[in-house]
Amino acid sequence: MIPPRHVLAWAALALVALAVTAYVETQLSGYARTVVGFAGISAILVVSLSFSNGLTGLFSLGHPAFMMVGGYVAAVLTFPVSRKGFMLPALPEWLAGAELPLFPATVAGGLAAALVAVVVGFPVLRLRGHYLAVATLGLIIIMRVAVNNADGLTRGALGLNGIPRLTTLWVILGWLAATLVVCWRLKHSSVGRSLMAIRENEMAAACMGVRRASSKLIAFSVGAFFAGVGGALWAHLLTNLTPGSFDLVLAFMLVVMVVVGGSGSLGGAVVAAIGITVLREVLRPVEQAVGAYGLVQIIIAVLLIATLLLRPQGFFGSAEPAFLRRDTRDRKTKPGRKNRPPEGPGRFPEHTAKQEARHEKA
Amino acid sequence: MSGAYVLQQLVNGLVLGSLYALVAVGFSMIYGIVRLINFAHGDVMMVGAFSAYAILTAFGLPLWSAVLAVLTLGAVLAMLIDAVAFRPQRGAPQVNGFITSLGVAILMQNLAILTLSGQPRPFNVPGWLKENIGFMGARMTVLDAAIVLVTLAVLGALVVFVKRSRAGLAMRATAENPLAASLMGIRINRAVATAFGLGGALAGLAGLLWGARAGQIDPLMGFLPGLKAFVAAVIGGVGSLPGAVLGGFVVGFAEVLFVGLLPPLYGAYRDAFVFGLLIVILLVLPNGLLGRSVEDRA
Repeated sequence: MIPPRHVLAWAALALVALAVTAYVETQLSGYARTVVGFAGISAILVVSLSFSNGLTGLFSLGHPAFMMVGGYVAAVLTFPVSRKGFMLPALPEWLAGAELPLFPATVAGGLAAALVAVVVGFPVLRLRGHYLAVATLGLIIIMRVAVNNADGLTRGALGLNGIPRLTTLWVILGWLAATLVVCWRLKHSSVGRSLMAIRENEMAAACMGVRRASSKLIAFSVGAFFAGVGGALWAHLLTNLTPGSFDLVLAFMLVVMVVVGGSGSLGGAVVAAIGITVLREVLRPVEQAVGAYGLVQIIIAVLLIATLLLRPQGFFGSAEPAFLRRDTRDRKTKPGRKNRPPEGPGRFPEHTAKQEARHEKA
Repeated sequence: MSGAYVLQQLVNGLVLGSLYALVAVGFSMIYGIVRLINFAHGDVMMVGAFSAYAILTAFGLPLWSAVLAVLTLGAVLAMLIDAVAFRPQRGAPQVNGFITSLGVAILMQNLAILTLSGQPRPFNVPGWLKENIGFMGARMTVLDAAIVLVTLAVLGALVVFVKRSRAGLAMRATAENPLAASLMGIRINRAVATAFGLGGALAGLAGLLWGARAGQIDPLMGFLPGLKAFVAAVIGGVGSLPGAVLGGFVVGFAEVLFVGLLPPLYGAYRDAFVFGLLIVILLVLPNGLLGRSVEDRA
């Protein structure tokens, strides 16, 4: 029996990923390994952000806050016991004596981030659109202030350095695969359809029996879990953590990757995350050679604005690359840009006219 | 804690609140008319501060010319941002505009770092502005008094403009219902541009005043005040001008009193406090203090 096309495509992708990882891990320099590692971690972060933001339409900027939680929790767990005593004096007894391997620490970091997401999300997810964005932006600032002031647990603004470098490319690849599998399965399940229904029209979804609060909370905390995991991997790749690195610019970069990839498209998220991270690293030497600091961010900001103006749905829209889809039936039922219901009378007349034209065409 | 100390904190809160109010009004006006949260608004303020710096320090021109220049430049810049970045995607989902404004903000900050360097620069104002005139025994400089008076005067003028002039009427109509307004022959894009221009002018002025009070300016100076002004606009009820002014004073007082009246240990938590306040207000009063409620419609 010939296996279906999408199984072959997945197998081929997995092989390519394994081959690239093996090549980079064994053949290339430490710097290249770090860059590829960053690309992989960005992919984890962007896929999870695309899941909660793109698919569900929760516009959260809170990813850096969850990364901070995950990163610090995991780093405290793996930190060598011998140095904990004087670097982190405020740790309770049971933590000061613990030194875990990377995997349980990463899981703990992810769970801690998800826990924060549940606690914060319970009230905050009632907010819509940009109110949610600003509340989660506030969350970043609140978290940063908290980490800065909890010196005894986190070394505050000095930053926690000397974290063991435990993250290898294999670990990142494994977690990226796990993120993709979980998000992909959720997207193509009844949960995923509820989430997309909420995105398209929250009130209609509620009328159809979608439980808004719990669905949103699931999307938010799944996203936060993988953000925490990403933070933990990041900490053990970079070997140091400062609260200042989890800022709005990071949130912005992640949002750019989601928007460029196409909101809700997991495949697009991976492509955009890897592409933009590599682009940044390629441009960095240029920036230093010219002495024009800030150039990279300018280019990325222009890229974002251009994408929003010229192709607002991103490069993949909400869809997945065609060769990975299970069958054509799936394509029809997916609420892509084209068969999305009209959003009702727009606030702006140009809007309505444009939409009507689009609608007639469809 | 003496009465004089509390009075001093109140004066500081009043001045800070005035600055927030100036920026918040622009935010609120733009939100009211296009439902857009404009993250780049704080950076218009930064540009205002730098152009005032150029005029006062580099060219040595008098203060009134700097005031005129920041008003004009702020207005032109904000209208330019609207025309280039926001107008082409009017009608797209609201979140797109929000992300775009974030992009514009990052773009402006980095362009400023690139061309002006990230180093803070001292912002010097004529000496008479720094003289202490005192206010019931509390310390208050001419500048502080000017900030409060200018803010009140400008906001008063703005209210008259919005309520009485034809352009203000067009703005209010567009905010109410753009489609109906356009059917009545109102040029919507012009009304929106007016809102951006007015907001930008106020932000530019706020930049000058902020720089003068802080004594130094840098390319990232607009970011946090911009965010806090946004918090102020939300607390007051976005879209409502009196609400934005009230919100500005609430945030200004809350911030100063939080730092001034609690033990110094808590001072480091000031920004966390402002955003915590925002989240609480959003949850308890989703429409802010003076905002109108918008009902869900299917």
